[in-house]
Amino acid sequence: MLLQIIRKPFHLSYYQLVIAFFGLALIGILFVAPTMLSPDNIKLVLRQGSIPALMAIGVTFVVISGRLDLSIGSLLSLCAILIVDLHDKVGPVIAIGAGLGIGLLVGCVNGFLVAVLRLNPLIATLGMLSLLQGISLIYSDGRNALIMDPENTWFSFIGRSYIAGIPVPIIILIIATIGFSILLRYTTFGRKIYAIGGNEAASRYSGINAKRIVFSCYVISGLMTAVAAVVFSSRVMGAQNNSGSGLELYVLSGVILGGASLFGGSGTILLSVVGVMILEFIQNGLLIVGLPYYTQWILTWIVIIAIVWSDLASKRYREHQ
Amino acid sequence: MMSQVSAHETHMMPFAKVINVAKRNPIWLVLVVLIALFSFQTPYFLTVFNLSNILYQAALIGFLAVGLTPVLINGNVDLSVGAMVALSACLAVSLQHIGFVPALVIAVLACTCLGLLNGIIVEYTGVNSFIVTLAAMLGVRGLAFLYAGDTSLSSPTSDLMELGMMAVGPLSATAIVFVIFVVVFQIMLSRTAHGRNTYAIGGNRAACENAGVHVRRNVIVNFAVSGTMAGIAGVSMAAQLGAATPSYGAEYELWAIIAIVLGGTSLQGGRGTMIGTFGAVLALAALRNGLNLIQVSGFYVLVILGLTLIIALVLDRQFNRE
Repeated sequence: MLLQIIRKPFHLSYYQLVIAFFGLALIGILFVAPTMLSPDNIKLVLRQGSIPALMAIGVTFVVISGRLDLSIGSLLSLCAILIVDLHDKVGPVIAIGAGLGIGLLVGCVNGFLVAVLRLNPLIATLGMLSLLQGISLIYSDGRNALIMDPENTWFSFIGRSYIAGIPVPIIILIIATIGFSILLRYTTFGRKIYAIGGNEAASRYSGINAKRIVFSCYVISGLMTAVAAVVFSSRVMGAQNNSGSGLELYVLSGVILGGASLFGGSGTILLSVVGVMILEFIQNGLLIVGLPYYTQWILTWIVIIAIVWSDLASKRYREHQ
Repeated sequence: MMSQVSAHETHMMPFAKVINVAKRNPIWLVLVVLIALFSFQTPYFLTVFNLSNILYQAALIGFLAVGLTPVLINGNVDLSVGAMVALSACLAVSLQHIGFVPALVIAVLACTCLGLLNGIIVEYTGVNSFIVTLAAMLGVRGLAFLYAGDTSLSSPTSDLMELGMMAVGPLSATAIVFVIFVVVFQIMLSRTAHGRNTYAIGGNRAACENAGVHVRRNVIVNFAVSGTMAGIAGVSMAAQLGAATPSYGAEYELWAIIAIVLGGTSLQGGRGTMIGTFGAVLALAALRNGLNLIQVSGFYVLVILGLTLIIALVLDRQFNRE
């Protein structure tokens, strides 16, 4: 009832209402912690956020097609530990290649499970989450990996250096955002993804091969997670065997905050990236204000439920009219 | 349909009856095979001590699986139970100063409330229970960490430990309570109106609504019961060590769901039995225990967990195809 009173005079949808609420929350934090807006802090947050944002690009493809990928957190851990470990053994080029290869491979496995075997995407990728976590523990034997000489390797360029004052991870993120936006918006492949997410039965009758498209979405998701892992390991120059734990939900909440519907059929790359960055800024603000780290987990809980509910409520409202 | 099957059964020979039961609950067969396999591998497996130990180890996951089965039969899922175990264990340990029984009651009730909250959100917002409880899995874990901080809590008195060590002969009290819960829940599912409605809602929700079944009440009650069972699992975990950390119970929800799916409950809802869940919980505990005894690294358990979950999904599709 209260919601209706706030909503009606401004002609807001439920989704816009929730976004407005988070906007106000962000402004509130800014008043308490004005240091957030210093250029150094903004650059820092954007550089940190570029890792989950790169993952969010891949996840957006999967979400638009009406599926989910929960294995990306463990996949990041596995790729990062692999890249860092191989870097000192066989050199950066092979390490990066192996990381990207594992990302592609896991994407193919996920795609096979969900698109070809048509398993429940949530539970199947949840199984992959556990499987990949186990593999990275076995591979690293429970130890953390470290690059011994981080100053003297060109590998540090990816995560640590600047081009014209802009951190390289942000440049990678901008290039990936533009590239994948074009793929999603201006190719038939992109339009088919929206069609499958919007109405799978109708897309089948129109002769779209849903199997192949959904498979490709998971491959993109696996690949982008591997790219994020390359940036991550170059930035940290080390990796824990649970670096990505919990990241899958964080990225997902950023993607749906950016307006992608969990029921498929809507969402854009740019807004997903913006969604993740909004979460990063809120988290940064909470830490500056001095709240414990775990507050962000509770925040993620509230964000996911509020956004998905508002999405559903606006759909129902439109159907009523 | 059901009455036809049972009428048919009464005419069969005892041996054929056993085969029929095994056909409907293949997991009991798996359990027998696992026990036979590990008994040949190591002499330490088939001892009274180890078998009662397996039952004890099974009980923790078992509490969760027992509470979750009605939720899955409803066609929903609750992924937040593992985090609730942590919260309940932390509460039970840190509240010992207000008295032994009040601490346990508060710990269990807190989880009941969280389960209730999950159920209410699922029913009144219409958001898929996967999403609601996946988010709650993170949020409740956050609550546990906020409450306990980054440290592990230990109990000032030994009351909790004594509760965990209570035993009747070779069987620990925890294991006996678990078996009692299995029986009570099986009776609830097959003999009460609530149980029948649980199956009916999983089978065809719209039809239940038209028939005047209180669908919302049924679903919310099942979520609250699942939370309560998670609370009990947390308390018995705290009783095991007299201590608790907020990272307790990670991945327990996965083990519980794997057990339920292996036990023959359909993820689409509408079918499943507590006896199947019980058999699968025992089989998984025997698998874990046996792998430990033949000295397989604990890291492999995660891999086996993931593989089993995916295989269980494939089997679920094969067997429950309409």
